[in-house]
Amino acid sequence: MTDLSARTELSPEAAITGTAGPAARNRRPGKLGRSLLKHLLLIAASLVMIYPVLWMLVSSFRPTDVIFRTPGLWVNDLIIENYTEGWNALSDPFTTYLINSAIVVIGAIAGNLLSCSLAAYAFARLQFRFKAVWFSIMLVTIMLPIHVVLVPQYILFNYLGWVNTFIPLILPKFLATDAFFVFLMVQFIRGIPRELDEAARIDGCGHWQIFYRIMVPLMTPALATTAIFTFIWVWSEFFTSLIYLTDPTKYTVPLALRSFLDSTSGSNWGAMFAMSIVSLIPIFLAFLFGQRYLVKGIATTGGK
Amino acid sequence: MSVVSELSHIHVEKPKSAEDRRARRKAAGRDNKAGYLFLAPWLIGLFLITIGPLIASLYLSFTEYSLIEAPIWTGLDNYVRMIDDARLHNALQVTFTYVVVSVPLQLGVALAIAILLDKGMRGLAFYRSVFYLPSMLGASVAIALLWRQIFGTDGLVNQILRLFGFEATTGWISDPRYALWTIVLLHVWTFGSPMVIFLAGLRQIPSMYHEAASMDGAGRWHRFRHITLPLLSPIIFFNLVLQVINAFQSFTQAFVVSNGTGGPSDSTMFYSLYLYQRGFGEFEMGYAAAMAWLLVVIVGALTAINFWASKYWVFYDD
Repeated sequence: MTDLSARTELSPEAAITGTAGPAARNRRPGKLGRSLLKHLLLIAASLVMIYPVLWMLVSSFRPTDVIFRTPGLWVNDLIIENYTEGWNALSDPFTTYLINSAIVVIGAIAGNLLSCSLAAYAFARLQFRFKAVWFSIMLVTIMLPIHVVLVPQYILFNYLGWVNTFIPLILPKFLATDAFFVFLMVQFIRGIPRELDEAARIDGCGHWQIFYRIMVPLMTPALATTAIFTFIWVWSEFFTSLIYLTDPTKYTVPLALRSFLDSTSGSNWGAMFAMSIVSLIPIFLAFLFGQRYLVKGIATTGGK
Repeated sequence: MSVVSELSHIHVEKPKSAEDRRARRKAAGRDNKAGYLFLAPWLIGLFLITIGPLIASLYLSFTEYSLIEAPIWTGLDNYVRMIDDARLHNALQVTFTYVVVSVPLQLGVALAIAILLDKGMRGLAFYRSVFYLPSMLGASVAIALLWRQIFGTDGLVNQILRLFGFEATTGWISDPRYALWTIVLLHVWTFGSPMVIFLAGLRQIPSMYHEAASMDGAGRWHRFRHITLPLLSPIIFFNLVLQVINAFQSFTQAFVVSNGTGGPSDSTMFYSLYLYQRGFGEFEMGYAAAMAWLLVVIVGALTAINFWASKYWVFYDD
């Protein structure tokens, strides 16, 4: 007779629709057990998911030989040497690689914000010839494998003397080659009421003014999503950097980390872990403070 | 609406009467100049960075080219060579295995967890963050290095196995039988981003559907099978299409885990890794370009198959 006792707890709304409200749900012993089981399952899954990263964090403060015999997370006898050693283990101090990565990331963010928002405004708000054609081409480029343009791009940038500069990593972003973000912003602008730009137009604003006085401020969430995704992706980006940056002083953080494997510190896992943690901190912070935008952005566009 | 559904819904409206057409043209003409001005950076990029190189790589795929001397036209030689290139066949096999296993597995886990997490449960935000974080970290070299340690002979996995009394002397990374599966596992580990998409999709399913079905006596499984799954199918489809395309191009993790070799004995030789070795290791740019075009054809064919198959299982509500 659990059903009867539960029914007295039903909210009016639930009584109409015939479903049990949350209070009633928790009253039933079966439901409670199920919910407990679910949480246990999820906590176990969370632990498995996050354990490797936590373990790397703790291990980055342990001597290498201890790393290889300590699967646990206990934190006695921690040392800081891995960080000081790792910082100077490669041909340049790690500061150099961090600065290189920062330059590329800032350039990429600026490029994506500018070029993608311009293109998105055109696609979402302006009527022009062949718009539908360009728009579908844009969607297809999102799915085009980069390898097919890689070789000629390399030849072009090599010819221009741009190998071992950051230009091949930044310039394409100013030309909206990350079409995914154009799409994200188009989706966002479509949700902004047209009355706002109509009103501005009646007040005598041109397209440019509508764009930067009305659209850009209203688009802030989409711009934030773009900035954070660009940050995380470009910070981790490896393939393109590997191809264009061969001079160790130009290495970005991912290239520097990989070069640990070839260097004399190749077996110094303590130092490698320490610098890996250093490289993950910016991503972690971006995730921590930008999660709201990441979730929203990925949910509205269906993600990448 | 996602990229994929947008793409499959594109249609150019046909103006009905001559008058209509005139009005349309007038309206369209209004923003022509502004439209192309705003689009200029993207258009320049499209031609200079995408379409131009696309054509150039098609041309190069019919040549022998080492960057130093001018390309020599060799006709179909590169493509013929592919037929006998055993390492290429191996790379295709490795990549197919990876795609066919890791993509459905990752999406399945993502869906399962998303369904567990649905409906305003306690701790939702916490779980979502914990599951989402790895997909942000997963593409990094740092995590690939970590994987090298974890699945090494004396790595974390074996240490834990030893705690439970197993002998655990297998080097998962150095054994050709297992190396690929560590990378599959890494991909599954990043199930957070499709999970977030599924969560958003689940939230859009009107709860009255479930309520009505419950009243008719449908159990959990039936409600999942006949309500959740059909209504979520466009999102699953979208993720499937993009994940297949992306997984086919996987590079970084295999590169770092195998330290650039694709080893042991080519067991992690992904297609793009082999392409990189040919093009940028041996400077056989012509062959690399031909390989890239084969990749486009394969990815295009897989996408087409996906779209074709979607008729049978994807359900559009509208």
